Amino acid sequence: MELLFALVIGALTTSGVYLLLRARTFPVIMGLTMLSYGVNLFLFSTGRLATGQQPVIGTASSYTDPLPQALVLTAIVIGFAMTAFLVVLALRNLSDNGGDHVDERPDTVSPPSKQQREQEATRK
Amino acid sequence: MTHWLIAPILIPLLGGILQVFMGYAPISLRRTLAITCTVLMLAATIVLLILASDGSYRVYAFGNWQPPFGIVLVLDRLAALMLVLTSALGLFCHIYASGGADEGNRQFHALFMFQLMGLNMAFMTGDLFNLFVAFEVLLIASYGLLMHGGGTARTVPGLHYVTLNLVGSSLFLIAVGMIYSVTGTLNMADLAVKIPQISGKNLNLVKAGGMMLLVVFSLKAAVLPLCFWLPKAYARATAPVAALFAVMTKVGIYAIIRIYPLIFGEGAGELANLGMDWLFPLALITLSMGVIGALGAENLKTLVAWQVIISVGTLLAPVALGSVAGLSAALFYLVSTTWTVAALFLVSELVASQRGAAADTIVIAPRMHHRTFLSVLFFIGAVSAAGLPPLSGFFGKLLILQSVAPGAEMAWLWGVVLVGGFLTLIAYSRAGSMVFWWNVDGHLETPEPMNNRVAVSTGMLTCLTILIVFLAGPLSDFTRATAEQVYDNQGYIHILETPMHTPENASPGEVN
Repeated sequence: MELLFALVIGALTTSGVYLLLRARTFPVIMGLTMLSYGVNLFLFSTGRLATGQQPVIGTASSYTDPLPQALVLTAIVIGFAMTAFLVVLALRNLSDNGGDHVDERPDTVSPPSKQQREQEATRK
Repeated sequence: MTHWLIAPILIPLLGGILQVFMGYAPISLRRTLAITCTVLMLAATIVLLILASDGSYRVYAFGNWQPPFGIVLVLDRLAALMLVLTSALGLFCHIYASGGADEGNRQFHALFMFQLMGLNMAFMTGDLFNLFVAFEVLLIASYGLLMHGGGTARTVPGLHYVTLNLVGSSLFLIAVGMIYSVTGTLNMADLAVKIPQISGKNLNLVKAGGMMLLVVFSLKAAVLPLCFWLPKAYARATAPVAALFAVMTKVGIYAIIRIYPLIFGEGAGELANLGMDWLFPLALITLSMGVIGALGAENLKTLVAWQVIISVGTLLAPVALGSVAGLSAALFYLVSTTWTVAALFLVSELVASQRGAAADTIVIAPRMHHRTFLSVLFFIGAVSAAGLPPLSGFFGKLLILQSVAPGAEMAWLWGVVLVGGFLTLIAYSRAGSMVFWWNVDGHLETPEPMNNRVAVSTGMLTCLTILIVFLAGPLSDFTRATAEQVYDNQGYIHILETPMHTPENASPGEVN
C-alpha cells in the first residue's frame, strides 16, 4: 500500500508541477488543483498509513492518528476556496486582456477565431 | 486579564463580520464603524505591549487544552511589537482609505478587517499549522484588496500573486507534514524540545522540512529568487492597500525570526542554525537587486515597491548572522522601514492625484498642485528610506552596521549596505528632482481637491518616522530586550508547563 500511495502522490505532484509551468491560465489552475491533491494525500500519510482503524482512543486496541485528518480537512477547505477564486480571476483576465495567456501577451498562437476561419474558407 | 490576548483577533473579526452584512449601509456609517474597530484594536495592542514589556510569556489556550495538545496564542515582546506596528499602520491606512479609496467596492472594509485579523493571528500564534491558517486568512483578504479599485492593470499581477502564493501554501503544507511525521507535534515550544532529540535517518527529513519552510517564508518576505512578483503587484495596488502590504513582507521575516532561533537555533543539535548560511548571501543579493530595481524605476510607486525589497535584504542580513545585537538592530530598522515605506506609498498616490496625466511617472511635467506639502512629505520619507541622518532609517542602518563582528561578513555587509544606501539616495534624488523641481509650462486640469483625511493620515504616518527618532532610546532598549528574549529558548519552551485554568485556581495562563 505504501508503494502505491507514494506513486500516486508522486504522479499527482509531477503532473501538477508540469501543468503549473504552462503559459495558459487553465492548465495552471489544473496544475494547482493536482498539486493540492498531492499535498493533501501527503499530509494524510504523515500520520502513518493504517487500514480499518478508528481515530478515537479507547474504542479499539489500536488507533490511527486523528490530527493529520483534521489538518487535511482544513487544507482541503482552504485549497478549494483558493481554486474557486483563481478560476474567477482567470475569467477576469480573459475578459480584460482578451486572452488567457498568463503574462498579458497578445495571443499569438491561439486558434483562429470563427470569423477568421470563415474568411480563410471563403478565400480558398 | 489573559483574555486581552484574543482581543487583536476578535476585534477585527467581529468588525469584519459586521461589515459583510452592512454592504448596503451608508458609506459614512461603514467608515465610522471600521475606523472605530481599528482604533479599538490599536488600543488593545498597546495594552498588550505594556503587558508584554515585563518580559514574561503569556499564553492563551483555546478550549483550555494544556499545550501542546491545543492551539495556543503566545504573547511575548516580539509579538507585541509586531502587533502595535501593524495596528498603527492599519489605522492610518484606514483613515486614508476612508478619504475616498474605499468607494467602488462594498466589501473593502470587511476585507481590510480580515487582513488585519490574519496579520494579528500570524503574530500571536504558537502553533505551526495555525500559522499556516493565519497566512491563508491574510492572503485571501489580500487577494481581494489587491484587486480593489477597478481597471484592468491589476488583473495579471493579481493572477501571478495568487498563483505564487498558492504554490507557497502547498510547500508550506509539505514542510509541515514532513516535520509532523517525525516529531508528532506542531506546537512551536514542543518542536523546540523534540527537534534536538532527533537522530539517524529522520534527521534529513526534518532538515528538508526546515529548508522548505525557509523557502516559503522567503517567498512571503520576497527574498531574491522569489521577489519578482512584488514590484508589479505593489505598484499597481491602491495606495492604502499597498501601504498596508508594507507589513506583509515583514510577516515572512517575523516567521523566520520566530521559528529559526527557537526550533533550529543553537541548541538544535545537528540541525543548529539550519539555512542561515544560505540566508546571509541571499539577503545581500536581494538588497543589491532592490537597489538596481529602484534605480531603474519608471514611476514613484515602483520605486517605493523596490524599496520594500531593499529593506527586506537589509533586515535579513543581520538576522541571518544570529547575534542578539544584530536581531535588535534589525527589529529597530523593521519598525522604521515599515512606516516609512507605507508613508511613501501614500505620498506617491497623492502626487499621482495632483499631477494630472503625468500621474506618478518620473518625467518632467507641469507644476503639480499642493507642491510644497507633498514635496516635504516625500523628502522626509526619502531621507528616512535612504538612511541619511537625522531620521530613523539612519539609526536603524547604523545599529545594523555596528552589530556585526569584524571579519569577512562585516566587509560584505558594510560594503553592500553602504554602497546600496548611496545608490538608493541617487534614485530618490533623481525621482524627487524630476517630479518636484523641474517643471515645464503647461496647463494642468484642476484635479480633485485633496481632502483632509487623506492629507492628515499621510502626514501623521510620516510623522511617525520622525517620532521614532525621539523615541530611539526606549525603542532600542525594547528591541534589545526582545532580541534577548528571542534567543533565550527556555522561556518559550516553558509555556508547555502553563498551569491551566481550573475553577479553584483563578490565575490562568501566566508564566513568569
